[in-house]
Amino acid sequence: MNLLFGALSMGLVLALLGLGVYISYRILDTFDLTVDGSFAFGAVVAGVLLTRGLGSFWASAAGFTAGMAAGALSGVIHQRLGVSRLLSGLLVATALYSVDLVVMGGGDISLASTHTLPTQAFDLWQRFGGAESGARLFGIEVSARTLATFLAMLPAVGSAVFLVDRFFRTSLGLAMRATGDNAQMARSVGIDDAMVFIAGLAVSNGLVGLSGALFAQYQGFVTIQMSIGMLVMGLAAVAIAEGLMRGRSLGRRIVGVVMGSILLRLVVALALAAGLPANTLKLVTAALVLLVLVIPDVLRRRRHLAAPANG
Amino acid sequence: MARATRDVSDLSHAFQYGAAPESTAAALEMRAVSHTFLSGSANEVRALKGVSLALAPGDFVTVVGMNGSGKSTLLNAVAGTFQPDVGRIYVGGEDVTRQPEFLRARQVSRVFQDPLKGTAPNLTVAENLSLALDRTRSPFALRWALTGARRAELRERVATLHLGLEDRMGAKIGTLSGGQRQALTLLMATLVKPKLLLLDEHTAALDPRSVEQVVKLTENVVSSQRLTTLMVTHSMHQAVRLGDRVLMMHRGRIVKEFRGREKQQLRVENLLAVFDQLRSMEALDESAAEMLKRLYV
Repeated sequence: MNLLFGALSMGLVLALLGLGVYISYRILDTFDLTVDGSFAFGAVVAGVLLTRGLGSFWASAAGFTAGMAAGALSGVIHQRLGVSRLLSGLLVATALYSVDLVVMGGGDISLASTHTLPTQAFDLWQRFGGAESGARLFGIEVSARTLATFLAMLPAVGSAVFLVDRFFRTSLGLAMRATGDNAQMARSVGIDDAMVFIAGLAVSNGLVGLSGALFAQYQGFVTIQMSIGMLVMGLAAVAIAEGLMRGRSLGRRIVGVVMGSILLRLVVALALAAGLPANTLKLVTAALVLLVLVIPDVLRRRRHLAAPANG
Repeated sequence: MARATRDVSDLSHAFQYGAAPESTAAALEMRAVSHTFLSGSANEVRALKGVSLALAPGDFVTVVGMNGSGKSTLLNAVAGTFQPDVGRIYVGGEDVTRQPEFLRARQVSRVFQDPLKGTAPNLTVAENLSLALDRTRSPFALRWALTGARRAELRERVATLHLGLEDRMGAKIGTLSGGQRQALTLLMATLVKPKLLLLDEHTAALDPRSVEQVVKLTENVVSSQRLTTLMVTHSMHQAVRLGDRVLMMHRGRIVKEFRGREKQQLRVENLLAVFDQLRSMEALDESAAEMLKRLYV
């Protein structure tokens, strides 16, 4: 049960990463390598501010802002300086690696003595008379800390997801979708597609930075290692979401990304519990993404072969 | 040939007396616009050579010409796809020569030859139209994109097409046929009355039935809204049938114009005859050049 709630909490946190990747990969139709950098950058900025005594809300907000800045920067490098999309993201991510080390003053920082979202949630839990030891759910013991963390992450991530859903119903959200779908069309209805693209990368990486900030608080420390493989993790959530949701509406697909991310963490948690060495985690994630991306294609081709040839 | 030359000089007269765009407030004025693509390379193309042109408010002008005559380049110059090397372009008296394409699109709307270009395939019919309804406003001024009132308004506008598309407002526009998409693009271009409507061979990629539909729609919308329209077409029939002026382009220049009574009496055969004349003139030019070469080299 602890395992389940742990995976649920982490899934929720990484759902924001998944949403960020969904925005760049599916809505803006680009491949944004900034993600690896902005995830760690959001975590670092939030972590450093937490150690300076800032509350978890403002530290998380700062993580979001840091991610936005990173995304906007690679957007500007691509749109205004004419550097390719891949390279601009890669440049920003690489540069951020050094920025992270400098800001942290080392390779990692501990958040053990700070007011992170989980510790604040646990304090609240105790204040409102929650049992010190934990609670029984469906007859199984759950630690109070785990449960409190989950109960705190749920509204935090939930409200972020809700805001994203609302955002895509605004003029700017719709302009972003049009720009990713057909930039020429966007231009011809008076949309500054370059600016909208930059804003899109900012929003996308803002979510990624927020995800990093919450992730750091969840695990209680920040490490430079957090900058590795996050894009693939996000893509995995998007790929699973698209397997789950054949629905057409954007709202449903946003929910799908959240579910995909949680499902991914559950699978990972189960695999780890079943004895998969933690060192192989990235390998397994990458293989999973490959499978989820390739399987529908293979199935379609086989169906084509099976069907009588009629052009 | 002599006649063609005289017409050109007539034209330049017409521009001289209407020189100040502020005083006449022409819907569109191009002054001596020239542009060379791939300038300085072996593949250099002098697409426009000093083109001048004025459209009064309410004018409906069609442009014909052979492939490579510069007629599409002319339209792209007005739309802002590129910025010309030389010359100025005014819309409603405002100098838009250096204005980026997206800003110009807020007053100059456009229907492309390719039905895929003017619509976003994965957005619904309602979403596409909503974007067009917001043509004059920046998306950064945040507001809800599709309110109930808006949906109702757009539905009503779509119903005026009489294509039954008002029942498919929630369908992705990419699932519609080329003709349906082009009809919707035309509607999108005119939802908010533009200062100038550009039609870029907008029926060239359609099947014959859709061509007829879209041509009828074009006639209706242009005359009912009294739109200033510049239409490039490959079809002599459309040039004869639509509009009140016909321009003929050749090698980056406007070489002939039919207007007024001349335009009303224009037949497809007349246009074809001018084309033949141009071709023979060209053959003459080439042999003349050959002769000069032999004489001097």
